[in-house]
Amino acid sequence: MAATRERLINAAILFALLAVPLWAWIADEPFVITLATRIAILALAGVGLNIALGLGGLVSFGHAAFFGIGGYAMGILASHAQDYTPLMEWPLAIEGTRSMPVIWLVAMAAAALAALVIGALSLRTSGVYFIMVTLAFAQMLYYFTIGWPAYGGEDGLSIYVRNVFPGMNTLDPVQFLAICYALLAVALFFTARLARSPFGLALAAARQNAERVETVGLRPFRLRLVAFVISGAITGLAGALYADLNRFVSPAMFNWHTSGEIMVFVILGGVARLFGPVAGAALFILLENYLGGLSDYWQAYLGFLLLGVVLFARGGLIGTLAGREVADG
Amino acid sequence: MTFLLLIEQILNGLQFGVMLFLMAAGLTLVFGVMGLINLAHGSLYMVGAFAAAAVAASTGSFLLALAGALAAAAAAGAVVEILVIRRLYARDHLDQVLATFALILIFSEGTRWLFGSFPLYLDVPSWLAGPVTLPGSIQYPLYRLVIIIAGLVIAAGLFALISRTRIGIQIRAGEADREMIAALGIDISRLYTVIFALGAALAGLAGALVGAIQSVQVGMGEPVLILAFVVIVIGGIGSIKGALVGSLLVGLTDTLGKVFLPQLFGLMLDPSAATTVGASLASMLIYILMAGILIMRPSGLFGSA
Repeated sequence: MAATRERLINAAILFALLAVPLWAWIADEPFVITLATRIAILALAGVGLNIALGLGGLVSFGHAAFFGIGGYAMGILASHAQDYTPLMEWPLAIEGTRSMPVIWLVAMAAAALAALVIGALSLRTSGVYFIMVTLAFAQMLYYFTIGWPAYGGEDGLSIYVRNVFPGMNTLDPVQFLAICYALLAVALFFTARLARSPFGLALAAARQNAERVETVGLRPFRLRLVAFVISGAITGLAGALYADLNRFVSPAMFNWHTSGEIMVFVILGGVARLFGPVAGAALFILLENYLGGLSDYWQAYLGFLLLGVVLFARGGLIGTLAGREVADG
Repeated sequence: MTFLLLIEQILNGLQFGVMLFLMAAGLTLVFGVMGLINLAHGSLYMVGAFAAAAVAASTGSFLLALAGALAAAAAAGAVVEILVIRRLYARDHLDQVLATFALILIFSEGTRWLFGSFPLYLDVPSWLAGPVTLPGSIQYPLYRLVIIIAGLVIAAGLFALISRTRIGIQIRAGEADREMIAALGIDISRLYTVIFALGAALAGLAGALVGAIQSVQVGMGEPVLILAFVVIVIGGIGSIKGALVGSLLVGLTDTLGKVFLPQLFGLMLDPSAATTVGASLASMLIYILMAGILIMRPSGLFGSA
């Protein structure tokens, strides 16, 4: 019962995320399209975190690391392409690029590699220690980018023209939205399949009872590490898209506020719900916009709302609307 | 010359360390006894600094300002504990992180609303201004020396409070077995409020003391909060002794790293590259230290879990 209701809500969210920008396109409201693009990209970051947080039960407070790495992957490749300088000459010559698919692959690979290292070290700890170690790694990268002058240091790095995707005009807001929307849909489909796969079931079991999983011969550490790597790669992809949306990367992407916000998307929408991050990111961005226009002190209202969700509406937006039963276990 | 510089930097590191201890002590107590991870601890630091700046501006007395900081932070801590925090003890860490993240937003915006976005200034009182000459003819600012001494005195007081007084026995009992201490007839929710307010007061005092060296502004608590977390994770969450060792370790590593790493790299690289590499590595140093310690000892230096 609750599961069908959740499916209906998911369909409604997916529809709204497509219908509203389409309406905005027809009515010529470019701002709404940009807003929808932001939502799609940040939702993608949340979908990434949700794999670690929801499926794996790994409370990572450092996903800004992967978001930022994705952003800088785009920034570094595109800045070399725009200056016509090679990225590297030795041992092999690597040129910068403006091609989105290449940038995405690099961003995901770099974020996955970082997640492999960070995860392998952090997963030795658990509980609060895990939260804090992941935070520490993200802060490490934050301070590193601030102190690293080659790509703008503290000031960040501007990319003048949005990168290109074969067969599309990415400068057109609607077409860029379509790209982001498609990637979000792919990530959601992938997450749904992952949750039902043998790997996903084993991961959920490791979250619920690690000892039992170990007795049947699986290794929780390895399951969690794989989940963490996948999670980091998806968040890295979102970072690359976000950098392309703003045509700007800066150390702020690595800031712990970014980690906090990605986490807020997931929790606001509903942890371990497939569409939780989408609902959460949409609500967050809409509130930011609406309250931001209403009052200079909108973050205080946001704070009260978050507090209300945590204290009284456990299970987030989707949990409240669809009932407490979690469909994916 | 370098020897004098070394002594001076060690003192700076100690001063930074004892301030971190005032922050970390409350965090680690609250975690040890109530099992709560409190991101809003930095907001209480900010409350203390703003209260001190406001009191100092209206009365001109630094001691009254410190008293005001203690009182305001303790009161804010008690109110927050009663209204919000006590609903979170039974929740998982994720809910605690999110709820206290929300509290940061509320505190920061509330402070901005009350005091505006411009930084306030809290002056070092004239009787604490100026340098003193230490043995070995080392010149050092008196105020910073007083901070070190005050911090160490407070640390000693806190150890005495926990090991010798009735409330200290209750705190230690609360860490060991929550249900049992309630069964023995101790009002556990009042004890929790007291511990939380005590931690808040220490954070507020740290904010006021540091506020006289740096500017008092919204968001000033957040960098310190993260460092305080690094401290308690290094020391072992819940351990006051760990918090002391961790804060001195972090204070000294950070301060000495920032001064000497660029010089160290200067031996190998050209000056401008050495400064950049050294500076960026120095700001990462405490996180590297923390990661290293956790890899060796996953529950910190003095952690029990």
